[in-house]
Amino acid sequence: MAVDTRVGQTIKHHDEEYKVIGTRPIRHDGLEKVTGEARYGSDINLPGQLHGKVLRSPHAHARIVSIDTSRAEALDGVRAVITSAAFPDPGDKLTGGGEAPGLPLKFKSANMLARGKVHYHGHAIAAVAAANPHVAAEALKLIDVEYEVLDPVLEVWDAMKPDAPVIIEDLYTAKADGTTAEEPSNVAAEMLYEVGDVDAGFAEADLVVDREFTFGVVHQGYIETHNATAHWLKDGHLHVWCSSQGAFTIRQELADLLDHPITKIHVVPMEIGGGFGGKTTAYLEPLAALLSRQTGHPIKMAMDRADVLKATGPTPGGYVRVKLGVTNDGMITAGYANLAFDAGGYPGSVVGAGCRCVFAPYNMPNAKVEGFDVVVNKPKTHAYRAPGATHAEFASETVVDEICRTLDIDPVEFRLQNSAKEGDWQLAMPPYPRIGHIECMEAARDSAQWQTPLETAPGKKRGRGIASGFWFNIGFTSSVTAKLNSDGSVTLLEGSTDIGGTRTSIAMQFAETLGIPVEDVDPIVADTDSVGQTDVTGGSRVTFATGLAAHNAANDMKDQIVEGLADLWDVAADSITHADGTFSANGNSATVGEAAGLLEEEGVFPIGKNTVTPTREGGAFAVHIADVEVDDETGKVEVLRYTAVQDAGVAIYPPYVEGQMQGGVVQGVGWALNEEYVYDDDGHLLNASLLDYRMPTALDVPNIETIIVEVPNPGHPYGVRGVGEVPIVPPPAAMANAIHDATGVRMSHLPMSPARVQAALAAEA
Amino acid sequence: MATVHIPTPMREATNGAARVEIEGATVREVVERLEASYPGLGGRLVEDGQLRPGLSAFVDGANVGRRLRTRLQPESELFFVEALGGG
Repeated sequence: MAVDTRVGQTIKHHDEEYKVIGTRPIRHDGLEKVTGEARYGSDINLPGQLHGKVLRSPHAHARIVSIDTSRAEALDGVRAVITSAAFPDPGDKLTGGGEAPGLPLKFKSANMLARGKVHYHGHAIAAVAAANPHVAAEALKLIDVEYEVLDPVLEVWDAMKPDAPVIIEDLYTAKADGTTAEEPSNVAAEMLYEVGDVDAGFAEADLVVDREFTFGVVHQGYIETHNATAHWLKDGHLHVWCSSQGAFTIRQELADLLDHPITKIHVVPMEIGGGFGGKTTAYLEPLAALLSRQTGHPIKMAMDRADVLKATGPTPGGYVRVKLGVTNDGMITAGYANLAFDAGGYPGSVVGAGCRCVFAPYNMPNAKVEGFDVVVNKPKTHAYRAPGATHAEFASETVVDEICRTLDIDPVEFRLQNSAKEGDWQLAMPPYPRIGHIECMEAARDSAQWQTPLETAPGKKRGRGIASGFWFNIGFTSSVTAKLNSDGSVTLLEGSTDIGGTRTSIAMQFAETLGIPVEDVDPIVADTDSVGQTDVTGGSRVTFATGLAAHNAANDMKDQIVEGLADLWDVAADSITHADGTFSANGNSATVGEAAGLLEEEGVFPIGKNTVTPTREGGAFAVHIADVEVDDETGKVEVLRYTAVQDAGVAIYPPYVEGQMQGGVVQGVGWALNEEYVYDDDGHLLNASLLDYRMPTALDVPNIETIIVEVPNPGHPYGVRGVGEVPIVPPPAAMANAIHDATGVRMSHLPMSPARVQAALAAEA
Repeated sequence: MATVHIPTPMREATNGAARVEIEGATVREVVERLEASYPGLGGRLVEDGQLRPGLSAFVDGANVGRRLRTRLQPESELFFVEALGGG
């Protein structure tokens, strides 16, 4: 097979030309990452440091009758043991800023250390501080916990039954109509979104396809496990070093959970070995802080892989039903979807986002979507790249493919004629601004893969699938402080944890605006005492929002340079022009570097700064093409070729955009084909290791071809759209559609593991 | 007058209307007048003088979050939307 292995194709839908943006400089953190000099959380070691460990529940659902820590406390080398009693009473408070503000704090607190009941296998119950990790581990064995084991409920369809065991006895459904249920249940919340007249729309349809889909629980699979070191000083100042997607988020959570003044909490973000949404909340940080307060020593804690899989926040399993009505010429008349996602042991799944993404690629005049947030005896779930969208659009894109097959309509043409575009509806949102779904679909249609017929092989079942994906992107708040040094270089402090190479993309925007080489900018991810408020690294927001703060900070610095030069040159400030990094007026001129030197002599050191909460995030679309080969004896699916097309708005640093696209595909392929939490009937997680939780390796995926489409976001001065999340959305549907093309079998559960594919093939036969 | 798009679950208060027109110079004023015209509706949107946690307002396509002081134009379009996070 002749495969075009190109990476780096960009299709521009704008005429802007930049000097720095769109180039491929050496990344600022590259050398220290590849030489091992970069410092991660586990590299922190403080004088007098003790080590913390966590006791976890062996049961999925149980009442804690008693906890006796006396034997553990008596062990030589043990310095402290804490249970949930160490936390302040959260009362009726709600969580503050961060990823999901507005949820009851009592749930977050109880997820730190179980309060009265355990809600899932691996739920933290107690924490120990000891002289070394081995003594701490021994001490855990000496904590005596008496449980009253209860029946677990593991799947949303079981948890929603009227006679299901109720996990949280005072949880009353927040109903879509604003009322609250009178009886407790496992359904934390209902949602309803509607546009047009869905019944009339289905009445107009010539064809209605109505299908159900189910999903296993999937982990984000970051390589670096959670870790935290905390030192609570005698004056009340709390210093924390951790692996997190948001230092300010951790600071807020610590303030909420520990009822401690935020000004006394200082969080240092270390380099992070992956997060993907799984490191947007605290787990170890509050425990390390409380143990430090109790012992007076710094406390270092780290999870092992089993802890991570059992007790951090994977993304939900659940159920999605999608019903679509179309005319015989392939125009969508109506859509209905019903989504029930498992929140895990406490409320707050990502079902709302899934509801709003399920039909996002299409202009649908009539639609109704219902959502249910359901508590089950599994870990409290969290975001995973484009949270909720992958589930939802796996279902809708599979139904779209079935419609195309039934009506014998080309799947690209169907999507083009129904595509959402500027001014079209968004479910429960303002109409779309300028978006690039059509441009992505056209790029996919014209791609080398789509234009090359799938090569057949005797005795082989091969197929091709295509799917669209959408994710909103978010704004939130970001800050940048930039200091002009006397040699013209810039030290740029930003608050966004760098999980996707964003140091460089932020520095490039600053450099473009000020007119200096990006190599003259030294970007530093700063701690919570050193830079302004910066929200979590998530929602594909950093290059967009923190990049905007960098652009604004560069303009602020530029204004200060102009002011200084005006004084020096004795000219009016508004007579000074700035072009290509040079300031000019009245026969005088100075580059940024020269200006820095001149101003230094005058005692002027410009500091550009900005805090911004952008209001016009650009939604992102992607279209993926997958070629697969299905082994009809084993059910194994091999990916033969893969093309990812994505609207990046304007790609600030194309290698990172391509990296995000390829990484998203690899994670999507894992989700599609293998990854899944496996539980026994009692709710014990059976595959809490990366040997048994099967993530793709380099041997499982081909080279992933990328095509960046640039349809600028009108809400950003450089047209930036977030790129980090949407590439995980299309892969499962593209793979499922390819499997159908190869075998004639429709898959309706993720993952489409060999056993499930084999069973589906057998059933079809 | 600003056009306010009513979230589906709250349309019972507007007798099923998906959009209503309300005078108001700011988001806060519109919410107060919504409550006066459609009792109970304002309370679904605002609590203790702030937009309810987890809600964001969009004014003419711009996500203004919970900033109730945001000024409106006579023809402004106003949406109340559940706030999103991300991974």
